[in-house]
Amino acid sequence: MSQDSQRIATLKIWRGSARDAGRWESHRVPFEPGQSVLDGLRWLRIHHDPTIAIRFSCINANACKECMIQVDGETVYACTARLEAREMTLTPLPNKKLVRDLVTEIAPPSERFK
Amino acid sequence: MTPDTTTIDTDVLVIGAGAAGMYAAIEAARGGAAVLLVDRSLIGRGGATVMAQMTVAVALGEETPDDPRCHYDDTIAAGRGLCDEPLARLLCEEAPACIRELDRWGVGWARKDGHITATTAPGHDRPRCVYVDFINTGPAVSKTLRAEIARHQKNIRKAGDLCIVDLAVGGGECVGAVGYHLTSGTPVVIAAKATVLATGGLTRLYRRNSASANMGGDGYALALRAGGCLIDMEFVQFFPIGHLAPRLIGMDPIMWDPFRYKLGGRLLNGRMEEFTSTYGSDEDGAYRLTRDLATYAILKEVEAGRGSPHGGAYLSFQHCSPEALRDAFGPVIDRLAANSIDLTGMPVEVAPIAHYHMGGVRTDADMSAVGVPGLYVAGEVAGGANGANRLSGNALTEAFVFGRQAGRSAARRFRGRAAPKLSAQATRAAIDLVSANGRDRGSLNTAEMIARLQSIMSDSIGPIRTGQKLKRALDGIATLEAALGEAPPHGSGGFDLQRLEWFDLRNMVVVARAVAAAALNRTESRGAHQREDFPQTLPQWQRHQRITLRDHDLKVASPPAAQFAS
Repeated sequence: MSQDSQRIATLKIWRGSARDAGRWESHRVPFEPGQSVLDGLRWLRIHHDPTIAIRFSCINANACKECMIQVDGETVYACTARLEAREMTLTPLPNKKLVRDLVTEIAPPSERFK
Repeated sequence: MTPDTTTIDTDVLVIGAGAAGMYAAIEAARGGAAVLLVDRSLIGRGGATVMAQMTVAVALGEETPDDPRCHYDDTIAAGRGLCDEPLARLLCEEAPACIRELDRWGVGWARKDGHITATTAPGHDRPRCVYVDFINTGPAVSKTLRAEIARHQKNIRKAGDLCIVDLAVGGGECVGAVGYHLTSGTPVVIAAKATVLATGGLTRLYRRNSASANMGGDGYALALRAGGCLIDMEFVQFFPIGHLAPRLIGMDPIMWDPFRYKLGGRLLNGRMEEFTSTYGSDEDGAYRLTRDLATYAILKEVEAGRGSPHGGAYLSFQHCSPEALRDAFGPVIDRLAANSIDLTGMPVEVAPIAHYHMGGVRTDADMSAVGVPGLYVAGEVAGGANGANRLSGNALTEAFVFGRQAGRSAARRFRGRAAPKLSAQATRAAIDLVSANGRDRGSLNTAEMIARLQSIMSDSIGPIRTGQKLKRALDGIATLEAALGEAPPHGSGGFDLQRLEWFDLRNMVVVARAVAAAALNRTESRGAHQREDFPQTLPQWQRHQRITLRDHDLKVASPPAAQFAS
């Protein structure tokens, strides 16, 4: 392992707008200790691909509770899950209606536009 | 393919579902209106409210005798001669009624000996700031207002993920709005007898900020394009002690404020020396330095080469025992430990961070936007109450008070008024934008463009300014605006962030221009606006600056501020 590769987080991200028509994309993110998975996704959108969809508002405070996704099969907030210098698999919540990529319909029905 | 447009009729449309918008919706519903409450994010989660850490200023006088007049005097003094007097008066006089109403709704204000307890925040002459422990004020307020809204479910319809693109103006009045549903891409036209803007401030324009990602000044841009007027846009409040290092996850960057309220703490430069007295403001171990002065002192210390390693100042609580820390902040201490931070053994690094905007949409004291009948404003989007510098604790207070007043005024307007007919002229341009098969998205990297705008604002229109830097910023903003073009990238279904960011940037660039133009025009230093090339506060500049939009150009006027009678 070179020094360099130890400082890279690889995000394997599920992309798509329908569960049965998705694809996997892997992106490399420079790793800095103390970053969150959301920090990594925000970095990717700025530097590589602004079409990656993720829902978040408060960025870092874990106050809005909007950035819920699965990391390696476990449901977490992307803003509190730590980014690690390895491959991490990011998928939308399996039990919610898929909207796009990592975004699912998480609002209570009474607070949705109909 | 153009998706079908959905059309909705309502009595009152409320745009933005933070505390101001939710309070406005509740009050309008109590006034008999059918309300549609929309937010581009989820209801009650996306604004600044949910991120509020602690203090809400109110002259309750339960523990210490107090009077709204004293709260008003402190608000006026902090505003450095530029507070809008009737708005500041409304804020202070109506605060107790709102705070007690929230108390009845079960928000859970911290109590001691049966009384709602209050803490002293910088700039207040006595303990006046109520809160919910432990640093849970914002989430508790949001939850309480959401629950109260649910009790009005017959009258308040909610729609999250709805992005408003423009207000609809017909016959010189606001008659609703046009937007689109973010999760489906469907264009939406809303006809409303009265519309309340409660979209918050503009802190997203800055790289380091303490607010939500959706606070890009969209309300200012909506009001400007509808014929409204903005005031005092140059006054952006930086929160002096935003967290800088070590990196933290799951914590709000303004979290150190509550620590200072409860435990004091010492602000030190890179040489571990106290320094605020050098700038004429001695802290004496207590937390009393107002935000504009503390921001200035830290940035000047960094400039002189005496900053902390990451370019800020140290904040130390090493004088506190583990028991005192645990007693004051309970579970928060565990969250810090999970981030490898032990405050008894180390200082943290802090630096100014964009936090709040004093300027905003010009309004009268019934929260009616000047120049746009039918449009009301509430919360941070309203300009003027806090002048050139806001007191700690007044932001949530103005969200409640102005929200309630805007809801009341909107309800008064809707009664006896027929549903407006939205003419094609009032909505055509906006519908074209949201339903357009716009341009090829090609290499348009909207996320990168937002980051670039944030760099321009942070580097050239931060707390310390010069004419040269401001001119450079205006050039940079113009370049971005040209790259953005006239049409969004094509729609591609649900949750298209690139398209959303295009609409965000459309608003952000005009708001950035307004801040830069006002800052360039104000050739003095006052409160949150410090010009190195004009360091004095000048009596002849006790003036508001009003900005309107004519075609593409911003017009700036500078009428004198009213003289204050306290």
